[in-house]
Amino acid sequence: MPAFATNTQPGVAHAAGLVEPGWLAIGVLHDIPRQGARVVRTRHGDVAVFRNSSDEVFALLDRCPHRGGPLSEGIVHGRLVSCPLHAWQVQLDSGEAKAPDIGCVPRFPVKLIGTQVYLGLQPLAESRARLNTVD
Amino acid sequence: MKKQLVLVGNGMAGMKVIEELLNQAPERYQITVFGAEPHGNYNRILLSPVLAGEKKAEDILINPIDWYAERGIRLHCGKRVSVIDRDAREVRTDDGIVQPYDQLILATGSLPFIPSVPGRDLPGVVSYRDLQDVEHMLAASRQYKNAVVIGGGLLGLEAAYGLLKQGMTVTVVHLLPTLMERQLDAAAATLLQQTLAARGIAFKMAAQTTALLGTDRVTAVQFADGSTLPADLVVMAAGIRPHIALAKDSGLGCERGVLVSDAMQTTDPHIYAVGECVQHRGQCYGLVAPLYEQARVCAAQLAGDADAAYTGSVISTKLKVTGVELFSAGEFQGGDGCDSIVYQDAGAGIYKKVVLRDDKLIGAVLYGDTTDGSWYFQLMKAQSAVNHLRDSLLFGPVSDSDGDSKPAVLDWPDERAVCDCNGVCKGSIVTAIRDKGLQTLDAVRAHTKASASCGSCTPLVEQLLAAAAGEGYQAPTSKPMCGCTEHSHDDVRAAIRTQHLLSLPQIFQTLQWQTADGCDKCRPALNFYLLATWPGEVQDDASARFVNERNHANIQKDGTYSVVPRMWGGVTNASELRAIADVVDKFQIPTVKITGGQRVDLLGVKKTDLPAVWSDLAKAGFVSGHAYGKALRTVKTCVGSEWCRFGTQDSTGMGIRLEKLTWGAWTPHKFKMAVSGCPRNCAEATIKDFGVIAIESGWELHVGGNGGIKLRGTDVLCRVETMAEVEEHCLAFMQLYRDEGRYLERTAPYLERVGLAYVQQRVVHDAESRRLLAQRFRDSQRHFQKDPWAELAHAAARDQFIPIADLS
Repeated sequence: MPAFATNTQPGVAHAAGLVEPGWLAIGVLHDIPRQGARVVRTRHGDVAVFRNSSDEVFALLDRCPHRGGPLSEGIVHGRLVSCPLHAWQVQLDSGEAKAPDIGCVPRFPVKLIGTQVYLGLQPLAESRARLNTVD
Repeated sequence: MKKQLVLVGNGMAGMKVIEELLNQAPERYQITVFGAEPHGNYNRILLSPVLAGEKKAEDILINPIDWYAERGIRLHCGKRVSVIDRDAREVRTDDGIVQPYDQLILATGSLPFIPSVPGRDLPGVVSYRDLQDVEHMLAASRQYKNAVVIGGGLLGLEAAYGLLKQGMTVTVVHLLPTLMERQLDAAAATLLQQTLAARGIAFKMAAQTTALLGTDRVTAVQFADGSTLPADLVVMAAGIRPHIALAKDSGLGCERGVLVSDAMQTTDPHIYAVGECVQHRGQCYGLVAPLYEQARVCAAQLAGDADAAYTGSVISTKLKVTGVELFSAGEFQGGDGCDSIVYQDAGAGIYKKVVLRDDKLIGAVLYGDTTDGSWYFQLMKAQSAVNHLRDSLLFGPVSDSDGDSKPAVLDWPDERAVCDCNGVCKGSIVTAIRDKGLQTLDAVRAHTKASASCGSCTPLVEQLLAAAAGEGYQAPTSKPMCGCTEHSHDDVRAAIRTQHLLSLPQIFQTLQWQTADGCDKCRPALNFYLLATWPGEVQDDASARFVNERNHANIQKDGTYSVVPRMWGGVTNASELRAIADVVDKFQIPTVKITGGQRVDLLGVKKTDLPAVWSDLAKAGFVSGHAYGKALRTVKTCVGSEWCRFGTQDSTGMGIRLEKLTWGAWTPHKFKMAVSGCPRNCAEATIKDFGVIAIESGWELHVGGNGGIKLRGTDVLCRVETMAEVEEHCLAFMQLYRDEGRYLERTAPYLERVGLAYVQQRVVHDAESRRLLAQRFRDSQRHFQKDPWAELAHAAARDQFIPIADLS
């Protein structure tokens, strides 16, 4: 059974008919520091769920394409996060490293309904192959 | 057979002719060069940075001796040509070398003007003209204390600044009441004098030197009013005169300089002349740009282009004193028939004046902000009407193009010159950047020579680089803070202070940031500036902190952390070590290492364990060692008089007192200290930001050292007697550095930027200034000196160290 750090129960929103199956409530927006991130442990590895200054949320595998640094610890600015190890910048909405660096982080579906944050259990299609290679 | 070309004078102007000629007609001549100085030619304009210790002699060499050989040029170094036999068409040196010529170039340069006062031949009296003079001054600075520079012009001020940087007490003596009267108006001269005085240079203005006193060596300078100044070194920098003796003795036409036509020909068609020795249309020039223009014409003539002509130059000047921005060009005084437009911001130390006549720009003086100097200079040379720009002229070229904020140089036509010294036009720079993939200013200098001489076009070249190379380009001196803003670090700090800004969003709005919420470069810097300027008023912004300062531990390559508890002065005991050992066992910490700063590093701690590790360490009395922060790190000590047979003072106790006072303080970069108990200096205090060395009579205080990539030994700040004095000086220095150091600038570059004399003035000589600085530091510690580990140990804060959910 999944264990949770917050009081939010998985499946509640699903039962209430708010979201389709395959989404899990992981917490409320407030649990994620603005211009920061929190980590969700998954079978694919740690996933970083980001919140930027406009309260948009994004989810990326918590592993920089450069040397595997924890992106969740990076400084969030606009729709970018700067990796804490060597300051690569990764685009939160695409997972792509910002030029001139080349690389891409697997993306996960994430959405906000009200203040509740939902994470998709399956990585986004374009990220699946890549995820297999990093796993 | 090739024709014989002989150059007399291995300096910048003469060798420029040869370089240009090799480009245009490499096979035409057999070239022979005579130089009185014993080395290859060098960039004489950069003597001042050599004197100031900012460059080494080898850095300013243009062509080493091999360069001549590789090009088949015969070089006679250290040989003085004494005779030109124009009938036989040959030159002869003092020691008997005879060299025939078909064409001869005279580039004998200039001689320093030495006023005819008694004592001018005494040892210790030098001119400021060549590398040998610089060597004399450097040698004197190591042995003597008092320097007097006679002449408050460009050369004199650069000499004074260099000697000050070498640790001498320097007084500039000037005949007139204002400095640099040939380049500056009174307002700008006053600002300049104030700035230099604050750096520690003394001035004696409107003073006429009547004699240099001394028997074996100069000891003092005497003035017309009867007063004297002690002097172990006197630098004569009262101007230069064209060096025309050789030309005159050979019967060539001379007035002040060697007379030349527009073709750079002397009165003998086989002899050309270029450089400072030349008088062209009544003008003698002493700056590099016109000399290079002459050299290019001369080279074209020698290459066979009979139409090449030099028609005179408009000149501009820049002072090479680090941190002083000054530009002057043309008829800057104004006067009848002229309009002057003036902008003055005394608070910011900025003064700008442009002079117009008949709707054309004819002169400019800029002080404090010289960004637009080259633009004004171009407008002056173009002689186009500027009446449509009149309202916005003082605000620079940006306003020239319909609110479009891209740098104006990008709109320049390709054939317009960017670098006036080397005559490099915009098109060749852009082509070189694109075709050769150049990324750095140095690379552009190497490939094109643009900005390689006086450096005043550097901002323009940087703009071209930035535009062509995009994100990859980083300016060496990071003028704007980052890509989010045009403002420099210093501008932003000034705005935070004067406009009482208290948060990042407020800064972004007030200073019109180009991004919504900054970036990873500016946010940490701004957060620091806010905290340092308004301690207690500003809320620390965790989202603007680098991971280490947010998690109060040092992130490692695998995403784990290292934890370093504070050990006061490097002293510990059995129960502390036992507590550390227990933590290591309990949390299975893989590596334990002794740091260079006399503490224990626990490496490989998982993020989720951090709060519990801290909590256990706190129970044993530990607080955070801030080994991760731009903050006071460690105070390294030796055992001193308590144990050591050589120890003269209680260095351990002193170190602990300093660490207890300063821990928790945020600084622009990491800040390390050490206290040694005797001059053997076992605690290595001379490579610390603030170092203390015990001496019999008290303590010697050191500042501005660091190990690291660029090793720098400290400078001695002063000596004091008591521990309380050590403390006050330490706090005052840290506060000064915190007030003025730019984010991520260590004390070493900070000190080199502002000068030791300035720091001594603020921290040593001015007791009231020191007291106020130290007091402000103590006040800020009420807010900063809190153990972050204790603050993060409470339950609410712990959430950020654990996953929000576990779905694995």
